[in-house]
Amino acid sequence: MRGILVTLGAIALACPAAAQASGPTGQAMAQNCYVCHGPAGRSAPPIPSIARMPADFLRGRMMEFKSGQLPSTVMARIAKGYSDEQIVAISDYLASLK
Amino acid sequence: MKTTRRAALKAGAALGLTSLALPSVARAASGSVVVIGAGFGGATAARYLKAASPSLEVTLVERETSILTCPFSNGVIAGYNTMADITRSLDGVRAAGVKVVKGEATAIDTAARSVRMADGTQLAYDRLVVSPGIDLNYEGLPGYSAAAAEILPHAWKAGPQTLLLRNQLEAMPDGGTFIVVAPANPFRCPPGPYERISLVASYFKAKKPKSKILVFDAKDAFSKQGLFQSAWESEFPGMVAWIAGKDGGKVEKVDAQAKTVTSGFGTEKGDVINVIPPQRAGAIAVAAGLTGDNGWCPVDPMTFASTKAQHVYVVGDSSIAGAMPKSGSSANAQAKVAAAAIIASLDGKPAPAPALFNICYSLVNPNYGISVADVYQATDKGIVPTPNAGGVSVAKPTSLNERALEALYAVSWYRNISADTWG
Repeated sequence: MRGILVTLGAIALACPAAAQASGPTGQAMAQNCYVCHGPAGRSAPPIPSIARMPADFLRGRMMEFKSGQLPSTVMARIAKGYSDEQIVAISDYLASLK
Repeated sequence: MKTTRRAALKAGAALGLTSLALPSVARAASGSVVVIGAGFGGATAARYLKAASPSLEVTLVERETSILTCPFSNGVIAGYNTMADITRSLDGVRAAGVKVVKGEATAIDTAARSVRMADGTQLAYDRLVVSPGIDLNYEGLPGYSAAAAEILPHAWKAGPQTLLLRNQLEAMPDGGTFIVVAPANPFRCPPGPYERISLVASYFKAKKPKSKILVFDAKDAFSKQGLFQSAWESEFPGMVAWIAGKDGGKVEKVDAQAKTVTSGFGTEKGDVINVIPPQRAGAIAVAAGLTGDNGWCPVDPMTFASTKAQHVYVVGDSSIAGAMPKSGSSANAQAKVAAAAIIASLDGKPAPAPALFNICYSLVNPNYGISVADVYQATDKGIVPTPNAGGVSVAKPTSLNERALEALYAVSWYRNISADTWG
């Protein structure tokens, strides 16, 4: 069994970046929001909470930050780092949290 | 120490019980993970591992009883914050079901998958996360040493050194010279020296307005440089002199007894001297052979798995993470990537695609904040910032009052990343 595990480990280590066809999940990206917006999106103010918000609202806000329609300190810089599809995935995940 | 499946297997082998029935399938997402270091990287890894897979046995090794964070330690040095403000308890980590072991990891047997502790005990693991932060490379700066640091503090690990520098600045007479020696890249917290200069300047402006700050830098450029220099001119005119490496800023030696700094610029005497020396990965990473020639730990950018040893992951300041700065925020994000990769690996599944992000707030004074943020892509060329995104705060504030808002957000960020990291 050890031999099999070692082999599996070697394959995992050798796995090239290009082999990962799909990008990060909504969950993985949303977890990066927590450094500023608090665990599971529940924030100690004044940074706003992003928990328990409808997905459409979150997506709309992010798209407005991205376009510059909604002024921000840092959110425009961050929103531009995600594709529209990734913003949908992040919003859907955050909205799904209980 | 509780008996893990791996420990049981080893015990069986040692007793010659080779006919012991072994599980016929690869390990499920249970098993044991040891995490070394309870800072931003290690505590996040431990809590996210346990949250994602409650059947995992997660052990967090930490030599201190509680954590003193470098974020906001510059506030302590400048007199705006207390040590209590930067102290984080490990109770929230324990409450998450993580076993916290107080002690120092001194060696790792990556073949036997075991961590040796200073007291001689061994911790067996299926997967290991190494997050020891930095060690100071005293040999990298002639004249500097652990003993010299008692006179010329580095204050680059929060703790007694933070208070030592604070006390020296408080005792310094008005009109004194504060010298800061800043290192070449890479080092922990790239904007940190310049936030420190700013906050100390803010303290001087209020209490010791005739004082000067002289900065000797090994570099020709630094993080958020335009924003910091513009703030120094507007908030503390004439107080801060920054000398780039190309202009003689690279320090050749320091003399603790004479309290001098020697560079191409000549020899300067300081009333208080803060020496931020070159750095390298934490000692345990070096001892375990996880470092490359440059003193830092190479990792697979997709998983933060060490390229030097199997079943070992390195996150935080010790790792080589491409364009990601060595910061608490980076460590937090990297720990989540490693936790997800470890769970997939124990499940026999491929690692999920990583999501990497960093944000660093800096304070110029308690009401003046600036930031840098980036969303990163892990590519076969390493970790790079997403093009046409990220970067630093606006050069010219608008009616939004960005500097005041970002100062408030810096405090809010600290509370939130602390809750995400330590519970």
